[in-house]
Amino acid sequence: MEPIYLLEAWKVREMLLRRELTPREVLQAVWERVREVEPRVNAYITETWDAAEEAVREAEKDWSQGKDPGPAAGLPMAVKDILCTRGIRTTCASLILENFVPVYDATVIERLKAAGLTMIGKANMDEFAMGSSTENSYFGPTRNPWDLGRVPGGSSGGSAAAVAAGEALWALGSDTGGSIRQPASFCGLVGMKPTYGRVSRYGLVAFASSLDQVGPITRCVKDCALLLQLICGHDPKDSTSLPEGVPDFLASLEGDVRGMRAGVPRELMGEGIAPGVKRIVVSCFEVLEDLGMKVEEVSLPHLDYALDAYYIIAPAEASSNLARYDGVRYGLRVEGEDVLDMYSRTRARGFGDEVKRRIMLGTYALSAGYYEAYYAQAQKIRTLIIGDFRRAFERCDVLVSPTSPTVAFRLGERLEDPLAMYMSDICTIPVNLAGLPAISVPCGLDQGLPVGFQIMGKLLDEVTVLRVAYALEQALGFRARPDSSKGVG
Amino acid sequence: MIGRKEVEHVAWLARLELSEEEKDKFSQQLGRILEHAERIKSVDTSGVEPTSHVLPLKNVMRDDEVRPGLTQEEALSNAPRREGGYFVVPRIV
Amino acid sequence: MMESWEAVIGLEIHAELKTASKMFCPCDASFGGEPNTKVCPVCLGLPGVLPVLNGKAVELALRLALALNCEILPRALFHRKNYFYPDMPKNYQISQYDQPLGVRGHLEVETEEGSFRVGIHRVHMEEDTGKTVHVGESGRIHGAEYSLEDFNRAGVPLLEIVTEPDIRSPEQAKAFLQELKSIMEHLEVSDCRMEEGSLRCDANVSVRPKGSYIMGVKTEIKNMNSFRALQRALEYEIERQIKLLESGGEVVQETRHWDADSQMTTPLRTKEYAYDYRYFQEPDLVPLELDRDFMERVRASLPELPSQRRRRFREQYGLPAHDARVLTSSKAMGDFFEEVVRLGAPPKAASNWMMGELSAHLNAQNLEVGQIPIGPAHLAELIDLIEKGTISGKIAKEVFQEMVDKGEMPNSIVERRGLTQISDQRELERIVREVVETNPGPVEDYRKGKTQAIGFLVGQVMKRTRGRANPGLVNELLRNLLDG
Repeated sequence: MEPIYLLEAWKVREMLLRRELTPREVLQAVWERVREVEPRVNAYITETWDAAEEAVREAEKDWSQGKDPGPAAGLPMAVKDILCTRGIRTTCASLILENFVPVYDATVIERLKAAGLTMIGKANMDEFAMGSSTENSYFGPTRNPWDLGRVPGGSSGGSAAAVAAGEALWALGSDTGGSIRQPASFCGLVGMKPTYGRVSRYGLVAFASSLDQVGPITRCVKDCALLLQLICGHDPKDSTSLPEGVPDFLASLEGDVRGMRAGVPRELMGEGIAPGVKRIVVSCFEVLEDLGMKVEEVSLPHLDYALDAYYIIAPAEASSNLARYDGVRYGLRVEGEDVLDMYSRTRARGFGDEVKRRIMLGTYALSAGYYEAYYAQAQKIRTLIIGDFRRAFERCDVLVSPTSPTVAFRLGERLEDPLAMYMSDICTIPVNLAGLPAISVPCGLDQGLPVGFQIMGKLLDEVTVLRVAYALEQALGFRARPDSSKGVG
Repeated sequence: MIGRKEVEHVAWLARLELSEEEKDKFSQQLGRILEHAERIKSVDTSGVEPTSHVLPLKNVMRDDEVRPGLTQEEALSNAPRREGGYFVVPRIV
Repeated sequence: MMESWEAVIGLEIHAELKTASKMFCPCDASFGGEPNTKVCPVCLGLPGVLPVLNGKAVELALRLALALNCEILPRALFHRKNYFYPDMPKNYQISQYDQPLGVRGHLEVETEEGSFRVGIHRVHMEEDTGKTVHVGESGRIHGAEYSLEDFNRAGVPLLEIVTEPDIRSPEQAKAFLQELKSIMEHLEVSDCRMEEGSLRCDANVSVRPKGSYIMGVKTEIKNMNSFRALQRALEYEIERQIKLLESGGEVVQETRHWDADSQMTTPLRTKEYAYDYRYFQEPDLVPLELDRDFMERVRASLPELPSQRRRRFREQYGLPAHDARVLTSSKAMGDFFEEVVRLGAPPKAASNWMMGELSAHLNAQNLEVGQIPIGPAHLAELIDLIEKGTISGKIAKEVFQEMVDKGEMPNSIVERRGLTQISDQRELERIVREVVETNPGPVEDYRKGKTQAIGFLVGQVMKRTRGRANPGLVNELLRNLLDG
């Protein structure tokens, strides 16, 4: 049998229900694994041993009284350090929040606590979720468990690496331009960005408010459906939270995909896609066809401009969202002669390079004389992209593509070249601009490194996305795990 | 490239103190990114409405009810400097 | 020389909306309290928080926009106004920009000299900032050693009203602001307490040769904390600009600060940078698209406006125009008056007391109705005592003074101090006879035809009765005795 720390969360849940395992045994197994591999992986910023211990105590008490402590109980979870956790520091991987201890819980954390959350640590990430490699962390880079010389992707790289390395059974990430799907892809995991508005953003430290969304990073589609179920739902504290009811995701997995139509956007299969990645993704098209689906090429012409529009819109919103880190109410403060001096020094010292770069870019794009040419134009491109998707979905049930144009790249490889780094989001960004749900499913190895297959759906249609993902996963039977030659087997 | 003067102005708007090297680096890097983004200007967007919200939500409001907030201690718990229930800031002018 | 110039004034008014909770979070919006005790993660701008719009704030804003005859835009949006200031938790203010709630309205202002119309450029909603306390010898921003921030006011809903530059004199500016204040009070939109900062007013001022259509260079005047300050500051600024122009100088476009101590406006020292607020639509809030039904419901439920009340006071109570205007200058005054009348006082008598003694008292003490210890019942009872002849008008003024100081009911004062008017004929006859007997001189004068000598004798009776004698009866008794 596989070690406990590498099991799917749903399997562990079943074993807990059958009393074949206790929450303490599960936590113990994962905890030992953390101690073994964490020095090499650096998946966590803060390990939350006390919180996990407390959760397990509560769960065992419930079990002993014949009560079910909830579907998340006893299943150690990594939580991206961008979600506010009451009494537990939340840093966003930034020096500016190094010692910030929230006085409230994010809504997703509240919901998960009600379901028995066993949080084992706050996961590493790119500072304020800005990056695609988890190298932009004040707390040092996270390494890919498949190959410690490579990045785990980003910005939710700590969450993905923790799950891939067996340092957690499942994880929460956040996705603004691919920050869940791309690291899931690089680490051989399932990662999903739900429809914008499905999951409350209250307590998710804002990067780009109109694009941010919380979602699961898991070992399989079933775990993804389970975790999604626990975090979705209307929240009166988030004005952009959808009032729509939440379907039963787990029940929807088994449905038939026969006769469904999958569109392949030509714009996401271009020159930028590495040949090895393209070959594996194309082979998946055949698998989908074997499952009775129709796969056809479609064109969404404005996707060619998605990256540029994104790198105007996201930094613009970020420049405003990050203005609050000023040394007055919380966080780092570098004293100065007057307020202006204190602000400028605090922010200069507290923010890393990439964050400064995006604040500068966003401030520029919103400033007088440039607003129309950049920000307003990017918002119009966004409208055109939404229109492209709408037309494609008139014919197709889902759209499919690679999640990332390449497999995990080497640490430091793109650090000095922001544009090259931004290019790794080229396939994931479009759905963020349109607010659509999308998932990345592991679909094979190229040069021994995982490749992710992206499935994009209509607004609020997570059910179809999950169903196709599950069918593909079952048909592929992809079960590779990191090994100890380069990684942490 | 965007000019150093412009980099300095933007840094002032964003309240970021930049070193001389950073000014050079940013003027070059931002220049490259913006050069790439220039492509969006070539798209004909006449008659296209900008999108700020992807969802068709409107009129989201709450009832005017008072709920307890934080205690003063909680409010100030992360303050870098505090005095008598207030946050302390250096002189403003 | 001054006569050949004309002032052009536009006002920008901020009023705090009378909601129980803040604009975007459920914190207590009431004034006062220990610093940082009416705050939550949202109004402190902690990482991760989101705003949720207070529906009552929208309704109140809509009420005023409708009362100011504004066009309500089918789609109103919130924007972020980005600038750094330590009293602003997020370093951006949620405000409205190119699609505010109401635009293109107007207000007709009546004064003794006739009426004038002021265009309303826009009415929009935004959130208030926190309060800064400056620590140092001066107690002001300049020369402070450091400052303290209290965020209790941060996030309180504000309404901003911007007028067109249609105002031509400091008197008009004052009259406009008074009318606007009265409207907001009648609509129960705002408390309009200038001393608590719940009503604030800035002005844009320029001057030009009379008859010219060209706009002069304007200055913006801030920190006018009372109606008097508004009028004085504008008078000062207009005179300053005219003198400057007449001596060949030029007005500089700048922001100036009204200093009530020195009675001068002085330029506000600011860093030499232009502001760039980088407005963009607030992604955390969704658009407001108020439907017709809702708007009509709010319109139909609008309470009586001061102008309507003024007309009704003339028609229903038969009051002169002047009385009606004074009594409706604030909602509290009008309400007070109507309650006094409802309790049985004749309208004109109630009006006279309120415009006379009561107003004099309020002005002298710089108080408002509602801040004094008496209510309508006090005044109604006092008027009733006069009407019934229990006390004289002269005594009533004495009773009034005591009543407004301590809040004691007039009946009780009159009884305690034995001020009841003596109308007992036998008692008065005795006193009159004594007076006639002890004052042979004046009696002689009267009988010789110097009838005005009777005044002296009446005075003597009043003196002996400590003013309580019924003057009519005293006169009658004296004449009977002297003539008979």
